[in-house]
Amino acid sequence: MLFPWNNNTDSRNHAKSRLKLIIAHDRASINPDMMEAMREEILDVVARYVEVDREEMQFSLSNDQRMTSLTANLPIRQIKRIGDLQEQLKENKSINLQKIEVVEFDQEAETNAKSK
Amino acid sequence: MSRIIVVTSGKGGVGKTTTTSNLGAALAKQNRSVALIDADFGLRNLDLLLGLEERVVYTAIDVLAGECRLAQALVKDKRLKGLVLLPAAQNRNKESVNPEQMKKIATALAKGYDYILIDCPAGIELGFRNAISAANEALIVTTPEVAAVRDADRVIGLLEAEGVNKISLIVNRVKPLMVEENKMMSVEDVLELLGVPLIGVVPDDEKVIVATNKGEPLVLGEYESVPAQAYSNIARRLEGEKVPFLDLMANQGNLLSRLRRMFGG
Ligand SMILES: Nc1ncnc2c1ncn2[C@@H]1O[C@H](COP(=O)(O)OP(=O)(O)OP(=O)(O)O)[C@@H](O)[C@H]1O
Ligand SMILES: [Mg+2]
Repeated sequence: MLFPWNNNTDSRNHAKSRLKLIIAHDRASINPDMMEAMREEILDVVARYVEVDREEMQFSLSNDQRMTSLTANLPIRQIKRIGDLQEQLKENKSINLQKIEVVEFDQEAETNAKSK
Repeated sequence: MSRIIVVTSGKGGVGKTTTTSNLGAALAKQNRSVALIDADFGLRNLDLLLGLEERVVYTAIDVLAGECRLAQALVKDKRLKGLVLLPAAQNRNKESVNPEQMKKIATALAKGYDYILIDCPAGIELGFRNAISAANEALIVTTPEVAAVRDADRVIGLLEAEGVNKISLIVNRVKPLMVEENKMMSVEDVLELLGVPLIGVVPDDEKVIVATNKGEPLVLGEYESVPAQAYSNIARRLEGEKVPFLDLMANQGNLLSRLRRMFGG
């Protein structure tokens, strides 16, 4: 290596990214257990309507200036059929199924669903 | 109207007392009248940093107990006209004072001085609540380190909850060379994380320790050192002047570091 001093670990950015996370948590005063519980509940609700990729999802607190926000990034595998929805929501009277648009599936999504 | 400002940090040892003494001296040098209150009961240090320890007779506790008048307890700095110290008791603990009492003292002092600076103890317990009780402004001191920044954020939240909304940040002990090598967070990094306005940047400098050893605030030094200038600038910004921040890197000029910079190190 030509300039060995270039080879230092970037502890500055390490510190910064760790702090971003911990400060957001401190500000929201949400502990990891609460975060986890909240995550599961939100996922359950979303999963009634769409099939989400649990592996790929991201769920995080962040802050901009003195504002803290919760960001959920949930990649959707496929939209559920209206029939499935009706089935699942039998008990839930508060949701009006007429208002939910029926989404056409693309071919790929259909095959994926069958192959399972 | 006089201003009551608490100097606080959450984390211990980041430079609250150093800031209070040097900023107080800088303000006095700029012809302001300043009363410094040591709110660190049981661990008082402000008198030492100012070199006034031998002249302490009464403390805030004696004032509260009615053993002396407030004016009698104030130690006048003979080198700087307009600068006085109200010492904390050393033989008592934090529980010997409550927020109401602290507020009474600070408000009484505010009648006679332009600035009341309160040196807050570390932590967020009673000592902290005592120190912030009278304050309408706060100076948050932090160093560019993870624990100090985290605690600073916590304290900012607590101050906001108490209605102290005029909050400014002092980043202390900055090492420009480390920042350049990406080994330390920069002032900008800290600002972005904490989201309160910056009022001062103080380099990590052995002159600060030398001044402490002598009990002589930096602005009283023979020539104006970089840290002395940093404190003078904070005093001027408090007064509402727009003063550019020091370029700390300009003072870091050994050959090796300059070479590194040239080669993008
Ligand atoms: N800019 C600086 N450069 C070098 N040393 C510094 C600087 N600021 C503070 N120090 C040193 O750091 C130590 C702690 O400073 P100080 O007592 O002011 O902190 P503090 O926040 O008041 O601590 P405590 O929480 O115990 O009250 C002292 O030894 C002081 O000399
Ligand atoms: Mg102190």
